[in-house]
Amino acid sequence: MSSITKKAPPQADPSASGGLSPSKSINLKGEVCPYTFVKTKLALEEMSVGEVLEVIVDHEPAVENVPRSIQNEGQKVLAVEKLNDTGGTTTWRLVIKKEKD
Amino acid sequence: MDFSEEQIKRYSRHIILPEVGGRGQKKLLQSSVFLVGAGGLGCPAAYYLAAAGVGKLGIADGDDVDHSNLQRQILHSTKDVGYPKALSAKATLEALNPDVEVIPFMHRLNSENIMDIIKDYDVILDGSDNFPTRYLVNDACVLLKKPLSHGSIFRFEGQVTTILPGEGPCYRCLFETPPPPGMVPSCQEAGVLGVLPGVIGVIQATEVVKLLLGKGQLLKGQLLLYNAFTMEFKKVKIRRNPQCPVCGENPTIKELVDYQEFCQVHF
Repeated sequence: MSSITKKAPPQADPSASGGLSPSKSINLKGEVCPYTFVKTKLALEEMSVGEVLEVIVDHEPAVENVPRSIQNEGQKVLAVEKLNDTGGTTTWRLVIKKEKD
Repeated sequence: MDFSEEQIKRYSRHIILPEVGGRGQKKLLQSSVFLVGAGGLGCPAAYYLAAAGVGKLGIADGDDVDHSNLQRQILHSTKDVGYPKALSAKATLEALNPDVEVIPFMHRLNSENIMDIIKDYDVILDGSDNFPTRYLVNDACVLLKKPLSHGSIFRFEGQVTTILPGEGPCYRCLFETPPPPGMVPSCQEAGVLGVLPGVIGVIQATEVVKLLLGKGQLLKGQLLLYNAFTMEFKKVKIRRNPQCPVCGENPTIKELVDYQEFCQVHF
């Protein structure tokens, strides 16, 4: 988990990171690998180069796997942030910019 | 189209591949393949094409399932004996993947019907077991400029090539005319190792999937030879024959030929 940036404080304003506001957001809470990546990839395929996708996950391995896999496909990970704990479940927010069609 | 939750799971291992993705998977779902024969080669090929989500599969076979088929023709079961192979194939494939529409043809293909039957399919996969059909399918594909996967098997050996009419050699560039009767052992004498057509049919399906996706290298101008006994693969280069009677510079075959069956036993 050392490669993960945990820069967001609890209650962070989701639009703060990456300096770009996402044009699309998908909620993948409850999804596990590899579907977290599969659904992220499918969402990006529908978007244009330059657009930003926000992905919310609560499956911890996805926090490493999705950014790694999506970078392998030539996309850019702008931010990985831990969001506030709600009722014992931790969620993360991944911000990905589509660089390649 | 959007994928259903079930489709996302079913095709996830394709979608993950950078060379396929959701877009490639949608291409497969919108593609059609015509399989000549639901036998040793057609069964494994069709099984994987259906699993891959190729949206439409036409399958021609005029025979009924026999106990002697079950050693290698994996779409058919003991309960299907006596039932038309094309229908048995349809039932197995649609049970595997409801996204696939299977269109069975129970008539033998001939010079009169083949063009009309195959003209709307993207790719043709020949898994026939006899020379008249093989030449008929080759000539029809050349005349229609349809990509064709050729496969054939004999005892422990098999061969595969991918024919792209106009771009590479066709089957007649390789073997101009069918061998004379008597040159080839009769059907009853031949025998085949049951797993052999599995390997060859699945290589054919691999070629077809790449063709539909427009990705990877194909066996164009190459004949892949497989010997199951010695476990050796060999590739030989094959060239277009400028004098080829069907795809050469001055073709003499402008309409389809029905060669006579040399073996009266149909498998």
